[in-house]
Amino acid sequence: MHVNNTSEEKESLTKRKSVLGIRLFFVYLICYAGFVAIGVFQYELLAVPVLGGLNLALAYGIGLIVFAVILGVVYNYYCTKYEDEVEQAVEIEEGGRA
Amino acid sequence: MIYEISYTALAFFLVFVGLVLGLSFYFGRKTSSSSSYYAAGGQIHWGVNGIAFAGDYLSAASFLGICGMIAISGFDGFLYAIGFLAGWIVALFLIAEPFKRLGKFTFTDALNAKFNSRAITLSASIGTLIVSVFYLIPQMVGAGDLVMPLLGLPHWVGVLLVGAIVIFIVASAGMASTTYVQFLKGGLLIVLSLILTFFILKNGLTLTPDFKGSSSHYTFMELSPEVQNDQVVSVPGWEVISQQTVGTKTFVKLAQNGVERWFDWTEQDGQPVLKEALSVTQQPGGPALYNGEVKESRKFYQVGHMSKILVNGEEVERTGPVGPFEFLSTIQESEIIRFLQVKFSDGVDEVSVYYQQSTPGSSFLLPGLKYKIGRDANLWSKLDFISLMLALFLGTAALPHILIRYYTVKTPRDARKSTILAIAAIGGFYLLTLYMGLGAAVNGVMDVESSNMAAPLLAKAFGAALFSIISAVAFATVLGTVSGLIVASSGAIAHDFIDVYLKKNLSDGQKVKAGKIAAFAVGIFAILLGMAFKGINVSFLVGWAFAIAASANLPSILFLLFWKKTSSTGIAASIIVGIVSSLAIILTSPTMWDLYGLGRTAAPHQLENPALISFPLAVLTVYLVSLWFPKRDAVVSQ
Repeated sequence: MHVNNTSEEKESLTKRKSVLGIRLFFVYLICYAGFVAIGVFQYELLAVPVLGGLNLALAYGIGLIVFAVILGVVYNYYCTKYEDEVEQAVEIEEGGRA
Repeated sequence: MIYEISYTALAFFLVFVGLVLGLSFYFGRKTSSSSSYYAAGGQIHWGVNGIAFAGDYLSAASFLGICGMIAISGFDGFLYAIGFLAGWIVALFLIAEPFKRLGKFTFTDALNAKFNSRAITLSASIGTLIVSVFYLIPQMVGAGDLVMPLLGLPHWVGVLLVGAIVIFIVASAGMASTTYVQFLKGGLLIVLSLILTFFILKNGLTLTPDFKGSSSHYTFMELSPEVQNDQVVSVPGWEVISQQTVGTKTFVKLAQNGVERWFDWTEQDGQPVLKEALSVTQQPGGPALYNGEVKESRKFYQVGHMSKILVNGEEVERTGPVGPFEFLSTIQESEIIRFLQVKFSDGVDEVSVYYQQSTPGSSFLLPGLKYKIGRDANLWSKLDFISLMLALFLGTAALPHILIRYYTVKTPRDARKSTILAIAAIGGFYLLTLYMGLGAAVNGVMDVESSNMAAPLLAKAFGAALFSIISAVAFATVLGTVSGLIVASSGAIAHDFIDVYLKKNLSDGQKVKAGKIAAFAVGIFAILLGMAFKGINVSFLVGWAFAIAASANLPSILFLLFWKKTSSTGIAASIIVGIVSSLAIILTSPTMWDLYGLGRTAAPHQLENPALISFPLAVLTVYLVSLWFPKRDAVVSQ
């Protein structure tokens, strides 16, 4: 049936989006945990100048903030793409039946 | 510090509050159903909602607290910015969309969407209430702090004022008006911070920050004493009164023209030097003396400056305009004077002395001045650091007043877009806090008695107009955040507890009325707490709110969304364990022990932030209890 069909498609879409979200979450978690771990275990590393004379602590901290925004945009791009694909598929299907 | 009334600030403040109230009335007349009261009818545009998210989130803790902590402790304040933003990753990638698909009005509804369990309703509404109250306290304290320089009024008047206005806003309109207030305020806060940062960079770094004569830079005195047997015996032009040793430091009290001042005894090139300190002397039954004189003499200076500026290895007087990277790297190579506090008794007087501490920029821009993880670190301080970072990371997604904003837009797609806009706006703002905080640290604007005013006072140095607008917006920040929190807690009481838990089956009109009465009650409670907690560090308190939210709410949300076997008993038990364990750790922490008057070291443990223990405990609870008491009738209704 038509209605069941779309809700099944929606479930697969939901799944794709949540798998993407979980993956990106772990990518960020590793970076964030890395910062905390360096602070606790290799404190001296944070003082090393890396980017334009800024020490690692500043560069890493600013980097974490910028990276969060970038990951957010990437996530939105793919989610929107997945959703558009599903919508198109539904439209084609509806067109075929009409 | 000593503040006088600023009439420009007062005018801006009144205009702003008028605007806010006007908006509330406008949307209030449109509010008739309960869904428009609690969730603005799900009709808000995602762009507006995104900035409103940012407005909700950039509370007094972000603008006042983080800037202040960066100004005093350098990089350790920035830790809060990093953690607060990282929390949005959890919200966006794991919670935002599934949550939107589940929910109705409140956090409790979403948790209960699959179960319809009274135990969940009860525990989740208690959780919402406790987290909201912990988040409300610092907001109210911040409001009181702001009102002192703005209107020249005492702290409690500020708290009362905010409470009264917010109760009025919430009781008249609900979520729609708080959304537009948050949108307006969030947008303005970011624009103003950009302007302030621009001025900081344009001004550059200088040894004598006098802002082209618009404020007077005070150069602290250095005296050469004559010393015999570890005693200061004479100082030219001054009468030696007494000296006092606290820990490794020795402070000397000198008098000139009948005015007594405290000096910090240091060594320079092998010679003894007395460096002028700031002091507040509390006399029994008399007025407090600021640097030995009454308040009105205005001898209590704003502080914080650079003692050495190095550009490419050469010492300079001033840098002129600098770029954003150059600003940070120059501070990193140079040297900053911070003011540290010691308290001691001098006869019958209680004295607070703020002495100069020269700090290399390289350690100012590293973690460790507040959270000890490098030098002088021990196991507790390292665990404390991890615990803080964990609470900040996990707390955001579990704050009830952030979660309800997912319902104010139409579709999951819109919820996602507003979240990303919020992350970009908040991230941008947090980068700016680094400049505002450091700018306050080096431009001689700090009030040693309260770090919360660092950013507004810096704005003051750049002109009265900027100060007025920023103070007014900061005040609106508090207004907006407090109203959001009160809507969330009134929802917890009126909707979750009265309507669902007690099964009163209220009509739509009765629901709105119950919500408004609950808002009034929570508002009064918040006012009282704001007065009681005066003087406690704002960001620090918010850290606790995050820890409780992360422990009480997040484990159950995550398990509900990602583990099919999660049972209603597991969720309810996890919420209760999260609340009880985090509260227990907080109430026995060194800070609270100090507050009870028992002394920090006597506390049963040395952990300031509870999340490291309470979060895993709550996770374990939801897992084990769900296994022991599995779902009976899993899906009650769709």
